[in-house]
Amino acid sequence: MNQSSTEQLKKTPLNARHRAHGARMVPFGGWDMPVEYSGIVNEHLTVRTKAGLFDVSHMGQIEVAGKDALAAVQKISTNDAAKLSVGQAQLSGLTTPEGTLIDDLLVYRLAGDHYMLVVNAGNIEKDYKWIVEQSRQGGDVAVVNSSSRYALLAVQGPAALGIVQQLTSVELAEIQYYWFAHGEVGGVRSIISRTGYTGEDGVEIFIPPASAERLWNTILETGADAGIVPVGLGARDTLRLEAGMRLSGQDFDETTTMLEAGLGWIVGWNKGDFIGRVALEHQKSEGLTRKLVGFEMTAPGIARHGYTVYAAGAEGIVTSGTQTPFLKKAIGLAYLPIAATANGSEFEIDIRGRRAPARVVPSQFYKRPRS
Amino acid sequence: MYPADRRYTKDHEWIIVSGNRGRVGITDYAQKQLGDVVFVESPDVGRTVTQGQSAGTIESVKAVSEIYSPATGTVVEANPVLATKPETVNSDPHGSGWLFEVELTKPGEIDSLMTNEQYAELVK
Repeated sequence: MNQSSTEQLKKTPLNARHRAHGARMVPFGGWDMPVEYSGIVNEHLTVRTKAGLFDVSHMGQIEVAGKDALAAVQKISTNDAAKLSVGQAQLSGLTTPEGTLIDDLLVYRLAGDHYMLVVNAGNIEKDYKWIVEQSRQGGDVAVVNSSSRYALLAVQGPAALGIVQQLTSVELAEIQYYWFAHGEVGGVRSIISRTGYTGEDGVEIFIPPASAERLWNTILETGADAGIVPVGLGARDTLRLEAGMRLSGQDFDETTTMLEAGLGWIVGWNKGDFIGRVALEHQKSEGLTRKLVGFEMTAPGIARHGYTVYAAGAEGIVTSGTQTPFLKKAIGLAYLPIAATANGSEFEIDIRGRRAPARVVPSQFYKRPRS
Repeated sequence: MYPADRRYTKDHEWIIVSGNRGRVGITDYAQKQLGDVVFVESPDVGRTVTQGQSAGTIESVKAVSEIYSPATGTVVEANPVLATKPETVNSDPHGSGWLFEVELTKPGEIDSLMTNEQYAELVK
């Protein structure tokens, strides 16, 4: 996410609030975003043990509506949207004809013929353009970039539901994982979604931008006793990596296929045609030559994005890597030659000229305890 | 904020000299910029380091940064605390979070470094 210094960064409705409260700000995907408030480690641990509040208003919303909306969504995205009931969401991929990833997204079924696609901040324009192009001649379908109509707050952590429940009459426990409901939170009209990007329980709340600061402050006040803290993108990144969630543009992009990125589980093989299907079926039957896997370092050292990997006589590349605050291990994701991708398989990573040993492990490094 | 008993570099290291031995660390400003330190790779004991040249790395959760030696000499000790508690660099950067000690071979070059007042001006 390189940003030229002259380019005007976009701001969420909470930008002034973040600055006034001492967040460290960085450019991310064209946006001026908080990277940390009280420190990445503290924020990360608080989300794992209590709760954290995230401003993720930079995420984009693209709505697809009309009699032929389902057909359009089925064509452009990999997962089977026909399985969605109204009030349900699914993770999916936006693919090229080669089966590589333009972006990943969440598909929400808002109404019978009305879907909302939630896409990554840096890709909003690109995704929107692609979806519009692919939906032309798609019959009765309208595609609207409604990103500016929503602010998005995420409340995540074991105490998250308890905090938000104090602010709404919607029974949050009755919203299943990857379902959503309409209602008021703190007097603000909301879509309350039982989703997140941290590996913890929690909700993401879509609200009108004008109400964002009020609800942000209300949630922090309400959750104060439970220990809620504001969380920046730094901990969002370490939390998602610890939970084995891939990051668009970093762990996959238009040079890597759904299957290589380990996202075959969100390909709806039983549905009809979609963009990239032929290429993915071909790759599935031919077999992969490389795959994204989780790894942990077995000697001191931290592998970072872009480091070269030596495995099974060939090279690979690290796409994400950090020292995780909760597990206190150096972990990451890397594309490895297929011969080296079995769990427990050992390989080496070039850490600034020194070869350090690492081992393949399941990429869901952290799994929250379920009650 | 920045103690007067030592000298500072533009790369945000400090050095306290006693006799011909110098103790090296990073400044409070530097640790704040780095964020949570999770790994410190100090130079091995016995290695020769050169003023202004890389002598190791500090890794925070976010990123990796070079440590530039404030002085030329031979490394005689690395802070053993940091192997298990690298976060000491954040909590006490000017004290127990020091990085390594060098036997100075060019003690005169310390005079080229900034005083605490000059450094405070730099990071103001």
